[in-house]
Amino acid sequence: MTAPALRAPATADDGREPTRLRRELRAIHGLVHRDLLRLSSQPTHTALMLLQPVLYLFILGGGLAALIPASTLGVGYQTYLFPGMLMMTVQTPAIMVGIRLITDRQSGYLRELLMAPVSRTTLLLGSCAGGTTVAAVQGAVLLALAGAVGLPYDPLLLALLMAGMILASFTITALSLALAVSLQRAEVFHMLLGVVMMPLLFLSGGFFPLESLPGWARALAAVNPIAYGVDLLRRSITLRLPDRAAAAGIEWFGSRPPLALEAAALASAGALALLWAAHRFKRPE
Amino acid sequence: MQPHAGDDVPAQALLLTAAPTDHDTTRPAPEPAYAISTRGLVKAYPGPDGTTVHAVRGLDLDVRQGETFAFLGPNGAGKSTTIAMLCALARPTAGRAVVAGADVLGRPDRVRRHVGMLFQHSALDPDLTAEQNLYIHTRLYGMGRRHARRRVTDTLEAVALTGRRRSPVRTLSGGMRRRLELARGLLHEPRILFLDEPTTGLDPHARAQVWDHLRALRDRHGTTLFVTTHYLEEAENCDRLAIIDAGRLVAQGTPAALKAAIGDDRVVLRTGDDARARQVVRDTAPPGTAPTVDTDGLCLRLPDGSAWIPRLCAALAAHGIPVRAASATPPTLDDVFFHHTGRSLNTARPPQTRSHSGRDA
Repeated sequence: MTAPALRAPATADDGREPTRLRRELRAIHGLVHRDLLRLSSQPTHTALMLLQPVLYLFILGGGLAALIPASTLGVGYQTYLFPGMLMMTVQTPAIMVGIRLITDRQSGYLRELLMAPVSRTTLLLGSCAGGTTVAAVQGAVLLALAGAVGLPYDPLLLALLMAGMILASFTITALSLALAVSLQRAEVFHMLLGVVMMPLLFLSGGFFPLESLPGWARALAAVNPIAYGVDLLRRSITLRLPDRAAAAGIEWFGSRPPLALEAAALASAGALALLWAAHRFKRPE
Repeated sequence: MQPHAGDDVPAQALLLTAAPTDHDTTRPAPEPAYAISTRGLVKAYPGPDGTTVHAVRGLDLDVRQGETFAFLGPNGAGKSTTIAMLCALARPTAGRAVVAGADVLGRPDRVRRHVGMLFQHSALDPDLTAEQNLYIHTRLYGMGRRHARRRVTDTLEAVALTGRRRSPVRTLSGGMRRRLELARGLLHEPRILFLDEPTTGLDPHARAQVWDHLRALRDRHGTTLFVTTHYLEEAENCDRLAIIDAGRLVAQGTPAALKAAIGDDRVVLRTGDDARARQVVRDTAPPGTAPTVDTDGLCLRLPDGSAWIPRLCAALAAHGIPVRAASATPPTLDDVFFHHTGRSLNTARPPQTRSHSGRDA
């Protein structure tokens, strides 16, 4: 204590304050709430985001289905394309989370968030939870089209696909946030996406089987989070409908890893990205 | 999430709602005498080419509870940096600051729980409605839903925006947005409200409205207001003010005391012969006054200038010099600023080229 004026009161705690954990959870809920409100306040924007995968599914899928015999893929082309289109649907809102972190920083909104008496990690977790939720909601809308590509509305199958989409959304959101905390400008983020997204999609096994690719491309696919997402969804379909076994996707050293391990790999990639992002984000000014 | 018992009983004195008496019993500890107290506060950034930029160099500030305190200085003087440190957004490089009874380094979360902030370039989510913007913030401050909804209703009413609560923020006018931002800063009933240039860019009517709300806040709830501004007339209306220049505090006190300290009124005489009048005035006025002749006429500084005018006029008349006009003006805050920094606050201000990038998080 250098001066009497600097003395802090000995007790300032009030017994009726909500607990620390509850406060942080409420903050996370607030951020998820914000994302859901934004989703519902921009119905046109949301519809446009959903339109792209639907167009791919029915125009590209419908066109190519006539050319590609079901025997080469194990299933009809539209059925084959469906997991990839589900991933395409969830990846857009998931990636948007990172872009919004940067635009929030530029607009000053992030500073308003930082004024809240919660830890910075909580704010990042809230953004991640919000992005995952929005992505999953949009994925669920597209999942409603399962019947149109010849999949049954089997509750367990739908639940499995939903779980796969949530997991993939989480990982992509976390990766997007990890990228966003290290970039200052939204333009750079967009540029990176422009360069990277196309190869990631083509190397995801969403459009065609990975086994027809050369070795180096398959090696790249083995570290592509979107490929894991697509593979998880496709294997979920196979799990419920063994007669629709599609061509193989991810391979580790020439053999397919167990489904649970594949899911664990995707989840830990997301968790690591989130940890790293939180570490970068926590750094005080 | 179920609202639990604590949700409906705000811990701190209720702000913007009635009945402050029954909360005195729930107040945990006697409030410290000072709402804000700093000693040797320093903020340095690594600048270009390995140099160090000192934004704030050793600040000692004491702001009393319930006081309206103005922080006056030209752009780039270190006002925003100081505020960022006081509300625990930026870490001081050196020195200490206790705000709302908590150390900004030791308990930043506690500081932030009790302070509100209105940034110079504040930001709302333009796609959401006024109500939604506020609701999200109540949750960020850990309020239960029921309490949160009531606070949103109350603060919207307090800033007279109840009628626009369902309007998307992008449809609101600049003054309305500013008031909404003010409401957001008040949601958690802060004991101290920081306002960084709260009225810059507003028209005079909107500016007056913002100040009406601020005054009501202070009068009804005893909220401490810490306002940075470069509008002299706004600083004039505050209880006390500090003048900051180039990261250093150059003066601190009530507007009246600061003006009294440089003391003297400016007396201007227009005469038929300023050069001769100067001689006469020098002999009449107390020793040490140095009358100067400029385009305004003959100027000098005198304590209680208006009382001197008749005596000076009489002396000039005795020498046959006609006096055409005489005036005595008490010192302004600009004179105070000039006295301490050697520059005028108004002329020192560079043209309005504020970059929006500002300070990154």
